Amino acid sequence: MTSALLLLADGRFPAGGHAHSSGLEAAVAAGRVSSLSTLESFLLGRLYTTGLVTAAFAAASHHAAAHPATSTAAAHPAAQGAAAAHLATPSGAVEGGSVPRLGDMECAAGSEVLLQLDEELEARMASPATRVASRKQGAALLRAAKMVWPGDGYGLLPQRRDGVHHAVVLGVTAAAAGLSCAEAALIACYSQVTGQASAALRLLGFSPYDIQRLLAQLAGQCDAVAMAATAHAGKDPAELPMFSSPLADISAELHATWEVRLFAS
Amino acid sequence: MHPETVHTHPDPNVDPHSALHHHGAFRVGIGGPVGSGKTALVAALCRAFAGELRLGVVTNDIYTTEDADFLKRAGVLDPQRIRAVETGCCPHTAIRDDISANLAAIEELEEELGQLDLVLVESGGDNLTATFSRGLVDRQIFVVDVAGGDKVPRKGGPGVTAADLLVINKTDLAPMVGADLSVMERDARARRGDLPTIFLSIAQDRQAVKVADWIRALLAHEH
Ligand SMILES: Nc1nc2c(ncn2[C@@H]2O[C@H](COP(=O)(O)OP(=O)(O)OP(=O)(O)O)[C@@H](O)[C@H]2O)c(=O)[nH]1
Ligand SMILES: [Mg+2]
Repeated sequence: MTSALLLLADGRFPAGGHAHSSGLEAAVAAGRVSSLSTLESFLLGRLYTTGLVTAAFAAASHHAAAHPATSTAAAHPAAQGAAAAHLATPSGAVEGGSVPRLGDMECAAGSEVLLQLDEELEARMASPATRVASRKQGAALLRAAKMVWPGDGYGLLPQRRDGVHHAVVLGVTAAAAGLSCAEAALIACYSQVTGQASAALRLLGFSPYDIQRLLAQLAGQCDAVAMAATAHAGKDPAELPMFSSPLADISAELHATWEVRLFAS
Repeated sequence: MHPETVHTHPDPNVDPHSALHHHGAFRVGIGGPVGSGKTALVAALCRAFAGELRLGVVTNDIYTTEDADFLKRAGVLDPQRIRAVETGCCPHTAIRDDISANLAAIEELEEELGQLDLVLVESGGDNLTATFSRGLVDRQIFVVDVAGGDKVPRKGGPGVTAADLLVINKTDLAPMVGADLSVMERDARARRGDLPTIFLSIAQDRQAVKVADWIRALLAHEH
């Protein structure tokens, strides 16, 4: 499913990401990022904290959507395959009977876990501004995902007017696109790092070649963090990683009060 | 062919370029280069439609709140009816390639204020190539100004050639900058064919009467 992976990971996928610097604008204004080496430190610091956390939540959300049956002890293991096939199939494309539908119990278990994941991720974000940004991006991704990969799986997501956290929507979207859990985690890490790097390019006028070289150098670590995050799929949501960076939380709060800012976060 | 077997298109007059169908307010995008008078036009339309239409405004200034704050200060529209969208240094992306934040802002306005008749979406000042996605707006107005030089219509670009309405603003400045309005009119017609062009001085016409009338005609056609 490589093409679907590239499509969802592409910065051109219309899910609102271009308006977010994920803390980079605030770090630039504070003088903490001003050169390629300080940018590298920033990207790595965020990759191993929020990057790992959001990737773990994306993987766990993918798992909850694709294998809701394993989310409860009572569930029937045979439902797992059905769930995955069901999510990868646009609704209405299958005539009744040819592919088993998700049972009510599996659906209920899946939505319960996704609700917990959304709440657990909320608890890991100290900054209200960061929560808002994450929910807004989740809502934007869901809007695009439903049109690009239609399916019933989105119905498992909590109903919230302010949006579900981006990582949770990402996991469910990846499942709907037929991607794997590991690919959901990889997109979370990759889009965080590339989104911040692209904001740095726009704010600091780096050479695009320098930025791409830096991203190429970080690729191995990005893969490694995604792999570590994938291992958390299927765990109790409360047990997922909880790294944070207090300075980023404080900066996000300050950023939200600026009168003049270029990025939404 | 026997009359009964004639295969007719369900709607033979349908415009293949027409906007995606959506419920809710009629949406008009206002784009154009920096400083050409987009916010001034929004303010003029707010004055023109006060008490007549239920209005909402979404702004996309590169500096988040600049346009929204101007409209609030000008007192032409209740601040509740104005939403500002951040564009991350890419005003054209927010109106064309990735319209999600603008769609969300319009939906928020409609949710909070109830049914609206008209939503104006002002793009951040950009260049001559910026246009709105048909997924975001029903019609778009491109605003250029006389002070930018009478060569602008000749240069063309998708804004000038394809916008549903071209507004050439600040005609009051023409003598000061040595711009020839007849040249602009001729070039605009050459570029735009039958599409309309309106010359305007918002400084003198505080309600942009001709533009307001153009929108009224569209709304009447909608209903
Ligand atoms: N002389 C003259 N000045 C005008 C006219 N219309 C607008 N202006 C002035 O032009 C300047 C820019 O107008 P705005 O409405 O802010 O332009 P804008 O296109 O919204 O600008 P950005 O949002 O920054 O791209 C302001 O100082 C207006 O007062 C006009 O018809 N004549
Ligand atoms: Mg303006």
